[in-house]
Amino acid sequence: MNTGTLSRCLPWVVVGLFALFPMLESTFYTQLVTKVLIMAIFAMSLDLLVGYTGLVSFGHAAYFGLAGYALALMGPKYEAASLWWTLPGAIGLCVAFALVTGLLVLRTRGIYFIMVTLAFAQMLYFVFHDTKLGGGSDGIYIYAKPTMNLGETVLVNLEKLDQFYWLVLFFTAACYFLLRRILGSSFGRALMGIKVNEHRMRALGFPVFRYQLASFALAGGLGGLAGYLAAVQFGFVNPEILSWHQSGAVLMMVILGGMGTLHGAVIGAFAFVLLQEVLSNQAWFGIAAKHWQLAMGILIMLVALYLPQGLAGLLAKLQRKPPAEAEEGADV
Amino acid sequence: MDLAFILIQLLNGLQYGLLLFLVASGLTLVFGIMGIINLAHGSFYMVGAYLAWSLASLTGNLATAILLAIPLTVILGMGLERLLFRQLYTRDHLYQVLLTYGLILVFEELRSIIWGDDVHGVAVPALLSASIPLTENLSYPVYRLAISGVCLLLALALYLLIQKTRLGMMIRAGASNRDMVQSLGIDIKLIYTLVFALGVALAAFAGMINAPLSSVTPGMGSHVLIICFVVVVIGGIGSVKGAMAASLMIGLAETFGQVLVPEVAGMIVYVLMAIILVWRPEGLFGRK
Repeated sequence: MNTGTLSRCLPWVVVGLFALFPMLESTFYTQLVTKVLIMAIFAMSLDLLVGYTGLVSFGHAAYFGLAGYALALMGPKYEAASLWWTLPGAIGLCVAFALVTGLLVLRTRGIYFIMVTLAFAQMLYFVFHDTKLGGGSDGIYIYAKPTMNLGETVLVNLEKLDQFYWLVLFFTAACYFLLRRILGSSFGRALMGIKVNEHRMRALGFPVFRYQLASFALAGGLGGLAGYLAAVQFGFVNPEILSWHQSGAVLMMVILGGMGTLHGAVIGAFAFVLLQEVLSNQAWFGIAAKHWQLAMGILIMLVALYLPQGLAGLLAKLQRKPPAEAEEGADV
Repeated sequence: MDLAFILIQLLNGLQYGLLLFLVASGLTLVFGIMGIINLAHGSFYMVGAYLAWSLASLTGNLATAILLAIPLTVILGMGLERLLFRQLYTRDHLYQVLLTYGLILVFEELRSIIWGDDVHGVAVPALLSASIPLTENLSYPVYRLAISGVCLLLALALYLLIQKTRLGMMIRAGASNRDMVQSLGIDIKLIYTLVFALGVALAAFAGMINAPLSSVTPGMGSHVLIICFVVVVIGGIGSVKGAMAASLMIGLAETFGQVLVPEVAGMIVYVLMAIILVWRPEGLFGRK
């Protein structure tokens, strides 16, 4: 089998294997993997910005949180809302927010861009933290999970863990293939061109700003999808879901996995969430588990210093070593 | 709202702004001169406050505590620059963000291990604990005035250091062309270490002198960090003058915002930032 067929078939095989997972495992692991898959969507959406468009956003949690709050506030308080309109509504809101802030933040570059995206996310944080709009610092409960009904029949019952798992898996796979498609198109190629050399792309006549804005809005919308699903899973939202720790965590997933490779974002989400679970496991680490963030922090620093290409880069390096058959940048 | 009340808010706003300047000036210097984005800068502020609290309860005197703590923070700054930040000068900002994000987690957990997660208070030094009466029931604490005075003196010293001394000349030269400065026989590495340690010490010092005014709490670093980012963005990266202007602006905006429109006070600074970005994307005093 050559590399082309492998890279085409492997994702389908992986999705298939994942689909079997809830039948084999306990509810705890099903929930854990659901969380990982949601984070994978979140990480992929950020990878589109950081890894492909060259925009290092440090405020990506804004969309994650905004969509969660949208779900909590759009539906009736104690009854279930319909997913058919709350999900598009939440994503639409995120896209709109991304377009408005994008007009401002895309005027800046480099360090400025990092700080300004962070500042806008913090602004949202304070909106929900300081005002009564979203229950202040306590947040709000989402008492009933959204419904997915076609007429009278229940299409997917989100209260059921395995059905919710499959729905999340569907969205993760859809997100992966959609982004792969987009990045393979001329639009995606142009984005990568902008990442490498913005001035040259402008000189070639590409509307750089509009391309970046489109990428920014798309990333915001997909980040919103992840946030919506996370809010459904946990059943509550509070300002912490849009704090900058969240933005840092997702950035870490992207880099840990290897930026600029979609599967890297998925691997990074897995590694990060599982690492978090392992390090905070009291049975294994006892008293040290309480201070698991110390180990996490040291690990993050080590990745930043010694693993700039992430796990995906490490894999590629290991693969490439024996026959030295390098295929640069062909894994999209 | 009478005049005395406005005067008090004005003084509070200025004092808060000047304190922000101490933290933000280090941040902007490290950005401007070394090209490093340092998310862990807020942690230095927190470390300063905790050092002041623990040393003050050991020695029973805040002034002694501060005198003991400053050398410690300088050493901390030099150590961090040598061990970690030096590796990042030539790397993409992304990795600087990641490394310093990890550093925050390390600082937060070390703080939790060493000092615990409780909220602490530090007593105002007896010498400065008086208040100046303004009207029958309004008065202004001397300690706040003293802080403002100390901050102003430090700002002046910083200005003189950068603009008028030989070392300041080297720092400025290093900011515009690192290689050229080095080939002229100046030890640029040493200068970077000094600038970084200066930034750490300033931030920590701000935490120390502010400890009696606001309690010493676990989350204090991150709030200050984000506000200082806004200050640096508004003022323009690398501009100490800009940091001063922006700090005062933010200090006043937030103080008056909390009095006049408490519901949206948290947002005001970000709205201010958005407006300034539309008008001048490179900040008030930033270079294009």
